[in-house]
Amino acid sequence: MAELLAVRGLRVDFATDRGPAQVLDRINLDIAAGEVVGLVGESGCGKTTLARAILGILPEGSARIREGEVRFRGTDLLTQGPAAMNEHVRGRAITFIPQDPFTSFSPLFPVGTQIMDLMKWKSPRAREQARPASLFGRYPRARQRADREAVLETLRAVQIPEPARALRRLPHEFSGGQRQRLMIAMALLPQPDLIIADEPTTALDVTIQAQILRLLRALVKERGVSVLFTTHDLGTAHELCDRVVVMYAGQEMEAAPTDAFFGRPAHPYTRSLLASVPGPDGEIRDIPGEVPSLVTPPPGCRFHPRCDHATAECRVERPQPRALADGHGVRCHHPVDAPAGAGA
Amino acid sequence: MTAAWFVVARLARDRSALIGLVLIALLVLAALLAPLLSTHPDDVFELHPSERLRAPSGTHWLGTDRMGADVYSRLLFGARITILIGLIAVGASLAIGVPIGLVAGYHHGWASDLLMRVSDIFLAVPQVVLAIAIAQTLGPSLPNVILALSVTYWPWFARVVYAETRALQKEAFVESTAALGASPWRLTVLHVLPNIASPIIVRASIGMGFTILTAAALGFLGLGPPPPTPEWGRTIAESREFLPDAWWYAAAPGLAIFLTVMGFNLLGDGLRDVLDPRLRRSPSRDG
Amino acid sequence: MRLLALALHRLLWFVPTLLGLLVVTFVISRVVPSDPVALVAGETATPAQVEALRRELGYDRPLPVQFVDYLARLARGDMGVSLFTRRPILDDLAHRLPATIELTVVAMLASVLVGIPLGVLSALWRNSLLDHALRVLTVSGLAIAGFWLGIMLQLLFSMRLGWTPLNGRLPGFPPSNITGLYLVDAALTWDWATFGAALRHLALPAATLAFPALATLVRFTRAGVLDVMQSNFVLYERAMGLPRPLIVWKYILRSALTSTVTQIGLLFGILLAGAVVTEAVFDWPGIGTYAVSSIVRADYNAVMGFTVWAGAIFIVVNLLVDVAHTLVDPRERAS
Repeated sequence: MAELLAVRGLRVDFATDRGPAQVLDRINLDIAAGEVVGLVGESGCGKTTLARAILGILPEGSARIREGEVRFRGTDLLTQGPAAMNEHVRGRAITFIPQDPFTSFSPLFPVGTQIMDLMKWKSPRAREQARPASLFGRYPRARQRADREAVLETLRAVQIPEPARALRRLPHEFSGGQRQRLMIAMALLPQPDLIIADEPTTALDVTIQAQILRLLRALVKERGVSVLFTTHDLGTAHELCDRVVVMYAGQEMEAAPTDAFFGRPAHPYTRSLLASVPGPDGEIRDIPGEVPSLVTPPPGCRFHPRCDHATAECRVERPQPRALADGHGVRCHHPVDAPAGAGA
Repeated sequence: MTAAWFVVARLARDRSALIGLVLIALLVLAALLAPLLSTHPDDVFELHPSERLRAPSGTHWLGTDRMGADVYSRLLFGARITILIGLIAVGASLAIGVPIGLVAGYHHGWASDLLMRVSDIFLAVPQVVLAIAIAQTLGPSLPNVILALSVTYWPWFARVVYAETRALQKEAFVESTAALGASPWRLTVLHVLPNIASPIIVRASIGMGFTILTAAALGFLGLGPPPPTPEWGRTIAESREFLPDAWWYAAAPGLAIFLTVMGFNLLGDGLRDVLDPRLRRSPSRDG
Repeated sequence: MRLLALALHRLLWFVPTLLGLLVVTFVISRVVPSDPVALVAGETATPAQVEALRRELGYDRPLPVQFVDYLARLARGDMGVSLFTRRPILDDLAHRLPATIELTVVAMLASVLVGIPLGVLSALWRNSLLDHALRVLTVSGLAIAGFWLGIMLQLLFSMRLGWTPLNGRLPGFPPSNITGLYLVDAALTWDWATFGAALRHLALPAATLAFPALATLVRFTRAGVLDVMQSNFVLYERAMGLPRPLIVWKYILRSALTSTVTQIGLLFGILLAGAVVTEAVFDWPGIGTYAVSSIVRADYNAVMGFTVWAGAIFIVVNLLVDVAHTLVDPRERAS
């Protein structure tokens, strides 16, 4: 399948009191058209940073992209200026579903106002303007009507009852689950190629998490939209994604189609992670050791201090991506060649 | 107390707070060493009509006023008045307001409501207006100005202390200490007071600035200490009829007021940032 | 419906607060070292004449009785007669009120229209030259004595440069009296020459009055905007590529403003306090100068009248601010 997004060698540093933290260390990532890719990892592994780096919304003062490229439909996004990114990429070709639906709407404006503001600038029917964006813009009546129709239709698709009335309501009148559905709708309306969903159900009740995610998957499959979906929950990754990529301390470790990822994990970290999930017997096997500091990270493969298979090579040189099988890549000097559960 | 050192260290890193501290130090120095620093120390009382309204020169650094007195020297002695008024007025407001706030905050019931209503009344009208009314009633003099300012500023302290006390009551440690049988007084002095010290200190610093401004306004309106006291506000009022020629006569005391109040404001802001970042958020009715 | 409840609740506090204020001012005005009646009677009056005057003015009755009587008359709208001018105080105040309103409103408008955008820019361009300059301005604004600023402005613009008049509201005759606000009246009667003159006379006093208010507004707007800029919804709007001016001037500003609205109430307090002194400096014929001259003349009735007025206005304004705050923040309305 054609590659939609290809991240190559992306390095991002954050400024901290104790010096620069190397949050992303030469990350590679691929997303194909129409594919749902799950990015899993523990808190602090850099998932959100990667998502924001792709969108180009890293915090200006403290974050620095040191090297790498983010090829989207052939163009390196990192070379695009902020104006171009705003015009053509953000909210158009790539949209966003935030982690916290409770605070991602402005509490002072009705939901309809916020959605229509998005449509005014990002509707697929809008001609991409050459003039600089401003506070006011032309919003022809005809397009407004068509957009509103599209909005109502999409709201129905995300199962918001009485869409027309819902538009007049304020965000706090909706439940968390409903707000996240609205976010999904807003992510779909500009007809993007890629949706970046940053832990979209973490803030929600466990009972509705699955519901929301299944809805999202159904809708994107219908429309052939790719999704980059970050999470720390292996279960949801298993359920929803076509491919899974696992990250640890700013480095990606393994990427594979879901079945292969969960069935034949090759990377020691992946295996440990899968083993640490409580099994049917209720046993949990923790990964010994601690997450490393990103200011003084371990050289080479950053998992080596906690890895049973680590050798001198691992401490010096970061493994290059190695293809194991169809679509199954791993960055490890000593990948394990056995089904999951057969020894860590 | 190590806590005090911590505060000082943090404060030292804040450039504008340091500037404020320097300005206040200058004021205090000017006041304390006025007899030494002034070029014509007797000009506070003596008149030299033949030298009136001279421009700034080598002998008279800031020129002379309408009585021929040296503006610079009178300014230095005026610093004494300013500090005196500020310290006593704020001190008295604190002495009245803090206990009232504590009592009102600690108790729940009609007494505490009444106390807060009373303080609301004083806050209902801008301080200047009430202070003017009081000062005029009692007659223009230094003690009356101080009295007027004290009587009208205490509500600010009462409110701050009341709010903090109420907030603290909800904190677990107060409940548990009370449950252990500590008497209200013990509770207040040993446990509540240290926690409300920060907002009181901040309010005191800001209050100094505000009080000095109001005092100057009273002096300007003729309600302050009468001549020949070199109060800064009154000096400005005196200078008006000689403008625009004798501009230094009006500019100097005004600048002195500005620098003094600025000093206290900067320090107050710095203290607020250091002592409680939370306070920065709340819309403080400045004063 | 909720607005009504809020208004009623506030009104309930209005009465005892105002009453308390009256008690305080009444006590102040009677706690006089010298005898106010003797002052009014004059130095040449005989003791008998002074006594007669005392009986006439009702000052011989016990204090509580005097107070109750005063309250009763207030309820009828009678504020008493000025001890000095012998005219009803209400009339004196009403006559002078438009001047103060015009000055205060112009100053308030100026500070809001200039202060809020500056505050936003200061936050957007944090640590830029503009931001630093504004922060200096903000700190100065609250440290400068209003009367001194007025005098310095007079010195520079009126005396040295001759750009503005020295004092007063107008050189010649006022425009036809419709509202008493010269700007409005002149505009309504198409008298643009007078309009211009009135504006020139307003310039310095309004600027003097507005300065501390401006400083406060810039400071609070800046803090509010900086706070809101960290919000998740701002992040979301940026992630979705909404135009920056839209994010700032529509969404961020609105959120920052909800806290600024309460500041307007405080602003009014600053302006009212400043008005008294500013009017004195510029010979502005408003209730501020009335208050000051009444005080100087020991006209205690007039002082009481002024204080009651000022207190009432202040409390009403705070009520309006509370209501406005509820309107501005729809969360409060709905909850």
